[in-house]
This record gives sequence, C-alpha cells and structure tokens, in this order.
Amino acid sequence: MIAFEMPKPIADRREILKQAAEGMMRPASRYFDEHEHEIPWDYINVMWQAIQVTGQNYRPGPVAGSGDASHSDRPRLTQQMLIHTVEMLSWGDAGIYLCTPGSGLGGAAIEAVGTPGQTEKFLKRFAGDKPTWACMAMTEPHAGSDTAAIRTRAVRQGDGWTIDGTKIFVTGGHKSLIDSNGFVVVWATIDPTAGRAGMRPFVVEAGTPGMTVTKLEKKMGIRASDTAMIVFENCRVPADNLLGSADVATEQKGFKGAMATFDATRPIVAASALGIARATLEFVKETLAAQGVVTPYGVPRNKLTAVQRDVLEMEAAINAAWLLTLKATWLIDQKRPNTLEASMCKIKAGEVVTKVTQKGVELLGPLGYSRKLLVEKWMRDAKINDLFEGTGQINRLIVARRILGYSSKELK
Amino acid sequence: MYSFEPTEEQQMLVEAVRRFAAKEVRDAGRDADESGTLPQTVIDKGWELGILQSSIPEEYGGFGARSAVTGVLAAEELAYGDLAAAMAILAPGLFALPILIGGSEAQRKTLLPKACAGGHFPATAALIEPKYDFDSAALTVTARDDGDSYVLDGEKCYVPLAADVEHLLVYASLDGKTQGFVVGNGTPGMAVGEREKNMGLRGLPTYEINFSQCPVACADRLGGAAGHDFAPIVNASRVALGAMAVGLSRAAYDYALNYAKEREAFGEPIARRQSIAFMLAEMATEIEAVRLAVWQAAWLLDHGRDATREAYLAKIAADDLALMCADRAVQILGGHGYIRDHPVEMWLRNARGFPMFEGMAMV
Ligand SMILES: Cc1cc2nc3c(=O)[nH]c(=O)nc-3n(C[C@H](O)[C@H](O)[C@H](O)COP(=O)(O)OP(=O)(O)OC[C@H]3O[C@@H](n4cnc5c(N)ncnc54)[C@H](O)[C@@H]3O)c2cc1C
Repeated sequence: MIAFEMPKPIADRREILKQAAEGMMRPASRYFDEHEHEIPWDYINVMWQAIQVTGQNYRPGPVAGSGDASHSDRPRLTQQMLIHTVEMLSWGDAGIYLCTPGSGLGGAAIEAVGTPGQTEKFLKRFAGDKPTWACMAMTEPHAGSDTAAIRTRAVRQGDGWTIDGTKIFVTGGHKSLIDSNGFVVVWATIDPTAGRAGMRPFVVEAGTPGMTVTKLEKKMGIRASDTAMIVFENCRVPADNLLGSADVATEQKGFKGAMATFDATRPIVAASALGIARATLEFVKETLAAQGVVTPYGVPRNKLTAVQRDVLEMEAAINAAWLLTLKATWLIDQKRPNTLEASMCKIKAGEVVTKVTQKGVELLGPLGYSRKLLVEKWMRDAKINDLFEGTGQINRLIVARRILGYSSKELK
Repeated sequence: MYSFEPTEEQQMLVEAVRRFAAKEVRDAGRDADESGTLPQTVIDKGWELGILQSSIPEEYGGFGARSAVTGVLAAEELAYGDLAAAMAILAPGLFALPILIGGSEAQRKTLLPKACAGGHFPATAALIEPKYDFDSAALTVTARDDGDSYVLDGEKCYVPLAADVEHLLVYASLDGKTQGFVVGNGTPGMAVGEREKNMGLRGLPTYEINFSQCPVACADRLGGAAGHDFAPIVNASRVALGAMAVGLSRAAYDYALNYAKEREAFGEPIARRQSIAFMLAEMATEIEAVRLAVWQAAWLLDHGRDATREAYLAKIAADDLALMCADRAVQILGGHGYIRDHPVEMWLRNARGFPMFEGMAMV
C-alpha cells in the first residue's frame, strides 16, 4: 500500500541529528571552509561516540544497524534511515558530514564482495575507541569516468601482490591512512589485456610500506573533507587482501559486485545533495520573509513575482528529487533491484542542488554572494554531487542504456 | 512507513485501465482531435470501469470509498491513452466528488445516487475564468446572498461538456471565498455559449458560460447554509491533473523512445546518440520523480491532512514535466513530429494547457 509516513525511528533520529547539525556543524561551517585541511575533531569525536553507543554506523551495506536484525518480520529501514541521516547532516554541513568516521566506501566494497573472514578482519577496527576511516581509490590522473582505463597494476609475487600506480581524488584518504589506522580499497588491474575483467579491488592497510599520501587537493567546496593523492610504489599486500578471485577468465563477480555498491552509494550522494538544497531553500525563504516576501502555495504562477516563482519551483524540485531518492533506498530495503532508480535519483538530485544553490545566491543578491553568510558556500559545496559517484552524464548513460536496452557498446 | 507499492486491487484497476486506454482510448483520442467528437462508446466503456462509482460509498449509491491514491493511479493511465478522453470520462466526478467531499448530507443523499445509478452521468463543474491571471481562490464570478437565494454573475470558460449536462457545480466568490453552487442546466440567467475552439483538447467539448442574475436556491450551496472548505477540492483537482500530466508525459516518452530505437540516421538508430538518449533518460527520471510527488499529495488527501503544499508543488512540477516531455518527443521525432500522422504534436498542444487547467479533473 502506497504510504508516505515517516517511520518513528527515523523521525526520532532526525530530531537528534538536527540538534547536532544546528549546534555543532553550522557554527563550524565557515571556520573549516576557510581553514582547508584542518580536521573537525569535535564533530568527529562526538559522532564516533554516538556510533559506538548506539551500535549504529553510517556506512552503506546489508548489515548496518537500525535495530532491524532483531525484528526481521518488520520492514527493513536501514537504507532509508541512512539517507535521512545523511540529508540532515548535510543540511548541517556537507563538508563536515563527509568527515564522519566509519568504514564508508571502502567498507561497502568489502561487504559487497569480501568473504566473511575478510569482513571480520578488515572491519573489526570500526568497533574500537579511536575514530577510524576507510576510503576507496579508483580514479587516476588520466582515468575518471572511464574506470576501465585505470593503469594501477597488481602483480602476483610469491604469496602476495605488489601494487604500483597513482590514485587521485580519494575522499578521506588522509583520515583513513594518516589520521587513523584505517585502510584504502584500491582498484588495480591484474591483467591489462583483460579490460574490466582484469580489475580487482585490494585492501591496503594504513602503514603498509610503499604507499604514500602525497598531496591534498585544494577545492572549490567541501573543504573540510580531505581529497588525497595516494602513490603506490612496490607496495606489497598479502594474498588475502584481494577482494574476489585471482582468476581473470572465470571471475567477474568481483568487479560487478563492487560496482553494485553504487546502487547503495548513489542515493546517499543524492541525499547529501538534497540536504544542501534544503538548507539553501530554507535560508532563502527565511531571508525573503524577513523582508516581507512570502511564497504562498496555491497561487497561479502568473500571479507570482519572478522571485516567488523561482522559490516555489526550487521547492517542488527538491520535493520530487527527495521522493525519488527515498524510493531508491526503499527498494534496497525491500531487497529489490534499484540500479535504475539509484542513477535516476543521483541525476535529479545532482542537478537540483546545483540549480537551487546557484539560484539561491542570485536571489539573495549581495547577501548571497557574501562570505558572511553560508549560501555562497553551499553553492560551492553543492557542485561535487553532480561529479563524484558518477557524473551527471555517466548516470544518464546508465539510465539511458537501461531504458533503451542497450549495452555499453551500443550506447557509448 | 514509506511504501511505493500499490495494493493488489489498485494494481488490477491500473491494468484494466491501461488495457483499455493504451489502444482504444489512444486511437479514439487521436481521431477526436481531428473530428472534435469522442465516440460515445469509448466514454461509456471508460465509465463502466467504475472509477467514480467505486469512489462513492454504498450509502450514497456507489460501491466503495474514495481514495485519491487509487484515483491518481487510474487518472494517469487514462491520460496515457488520451487527455481529452480522460477528462470527458471523468467529468461526472467534477460534480460528484466535491459533493462527496464538501456537500451537506442532504446533497449527498439526493445527488450522489443519481451519479452512480446508470451510464455516464451528465454533470460537470465550472471553475476557470477567461483572464490571464485566473486564480481559483480569487474568482470574478460572484455569488450574492439576496436573502432567499444566491445570485450568480460573471463569465466562466473551459467548462467540459456544459451543453449536454443536467447539473453543474459552479464556483463563485461569496464574500471573497470560493464556494460551489449546484445549478441545473438551463436555469434562467445562465447562458451556455458556443463550443470553444482551443489549441488542444480538441476532442473535449468545452464551453463558455455567462451568468447574469442567475438565481440559486440557498439549499443548493455546496455544503448547505454553512458552505464548505474549498481547499480539499482544489487540492484534489491539482492532484488529479498532476497525475494526468504524468500520464501524458509517459505517453510522449514511450512514443519517442520506441521511435528513437527504430529511426536511423547516419547509419544507426538515433537513440544511440547521447543527445537523444540523454533526453530520454531525463524524461524517464523526471516522470518517476513527479509521479511520486503526485502520489504523496494524494496520500495526504486520503489521510485527511492538509495537502495544500504538496498538491501545489506536485502540480507545478507536473505542468512543467508535461510540456518538457511533449516538446522533447516532438524534437526527437524531428520534422515527422510536426506532422499530424504522429500524436506527439497533439500531446504538445494538450500539455501546454496544464498550468491553466484547474478544476478540470478530480479524484
Ligand atoms: C572532491 C572529489 C572527491 C572524490 N572522491 C573520490 C573517491 O573517493 N574515490 C575515487 O575513486 N574517486 C573520487 N573522485 C573522482 C570522481 O569520481 C571523478 O572525478 C569523476 O568520476 C569524474 O572523472 P574525471 O574527473 O576524470 O572526469 P572525466 O572522466 O575526464 O570527465 C570529464 C567530463 O566528460 C564527461 N564524460 C566522460 N565520459 C563520458 C561519456 N562516455 N559520455 C558523456 N560524457 C562523458 C564527464 O561527465 C565530465 O563532464 C572524487 C572527485 C572529487 C572532485
């Protein structure tokens, strides 16, 4: 039965998160925007504690908390809870939200394709008392969207693998490898002639010789979040750090499985985008209201001023994008396929937040452009959501191929 | 809980409507755009699906209960077939549903059984007025209380089927508030004009109506002496039109998608070009998003909550969606899209009206 009632556990969680977002994130927003590469430890420590106490974590994947496990007959809320969480934290501050400790994208890959033994071995560190992170490194200087073109090599040597190559734009690379005893899941090819079939994820733990964090990028927005370059030179890892099989000919599950984590992570990016969008919309509406401009529901658009019209169209777009994102996660919780919806919500949310924040700056005029307020920052933060986890174009490709029934060869 | 899954019953209704709409309504709608007349058989068959009758409780002669969610599911499918036909088939609801929502017990007891008794019930409603900034909350048609009756004055337009109905619900401003009045067709002081000639919806007969000192008995004010709240009525209309806009959009999208896979240019199907494929991907994405916004507003209505915000936001998104999808469908068909052999140009003409259509559909 079609229903739109926010479940109580989610509403309760939102209440608490809102306080954290207002009390802890917003006041720190500007500071960490202007002090790039400093780390918001206060937020991190509070979140780490909260995660340990509640037994909930904020990583995607089939095992996370929300008390679902003990009530298996009840509808699962895991992913729906997660996007509500991310939306609210990003409403607080999207850059700081990205510093939330936990197993993140790296953990998602392990959960998707690792053996139970590997999951235990690599993820148990997230139950410790020190904030810990994990990250995922696919992108290389010459290969972003075209993941099959990566050049990082992993060569079998004795009882392990040797990795060589350069990874860029690794979110949380510094926190995972320098600030904590975490790890990176790095994508490498074990057979350059095999294309995608030769690509494998490897876990490289912090402190492994031959791995160096060489650079932190300076960015337009989400400056609180570190974006690292990681160089692998003759970096040796044990055989067990390979996720999936070493056999190129028979094994493709590794790649497909890890790619399937996008089905869970794209709605999370969409939710983050929509948190920023909502923050902007609310601020714009409050500011306009203080100057006597209200945006009533129900008035025909021909009777509205251009400003009112823009605001209401922003609101309508955010609302629709959110419902699409919600559906994409509801499908996961229902154990149904959601690849199409995951890309759709990412397309829509990436576009909506870009437009809403750019409009927001415009609508507030001199106030919008000023660094005294946060709207200009939100516009800078927003744009990343149309870029990472598949650009808007790449997600359009995915949707287009699905609706047309085309392979990646038929629609390039 | 959140859920995006219709009930089995709703699913069965959707499939029944779809079977009927996708071919029979579609074909009839295309012909009617040329001839101006929808075949009565199609309207009767649509009526027999029981969409309205199943919204009315047994005590008032129906066989169900109103569900806006069920209504939007059905409305989307009908409009997927054809918008003019969908509006014609559902037109009796413009009269009956507001009576169910806002009518007095006496009005429900006398009028609703008639609506459910037999074939397509000849009734409609008049809301829109001929001005660029028409606003259903600030009508220029007025109702004046002269003690024994209300007196209507002013000009309405886009009144579906007005020449052939027995009853109309006429909305007028009573002391600045929008109120409905049950008016028998042919009441002195009311003049139905010539059939309108519109850019789209050419299969749907619509009329201007002039009211000049037109008396309405006090008992015929919707809701009786105390009147009624207009918000749940206009919200239900916005939700219904939103669903129809989604249905039209899906029609245009499906048509363009199939065409793009067949049509070749430069040695391959045009769908294999990103500029075409991405348009389709965006259409699919927007259709899904706006559909959910419509569902959400309908769900609020069904739970007796204020749906003003969600219905409005869904409606403006749906207005834009329909125009976007229909325009792109024409673009994807190229010059062929401009030729009336294909339905896409008709969908573009129909879609352009949505921001102005208010009160022309109800769930
Ligand atoms: C702040 C930040 C954090 C990031 N975090 C991570 C991370 O944690 N881990 C990680 O591995 N990567 C990460 N990335 C990398 C990110 O995923 C890539 O930047 C992104 O995938 C795009 O790759 P690119 O920058 O090389 O652009 P390119 O692939 O060079 O694309 C350039 C343009 O061409 C378009 N394009 C490319 N191919 C096609 C096509 N087939 N059809 C149509 N258009 C196309 C793209 O959409 C884009 O507009 C991060 C990036 C940033 C900026």
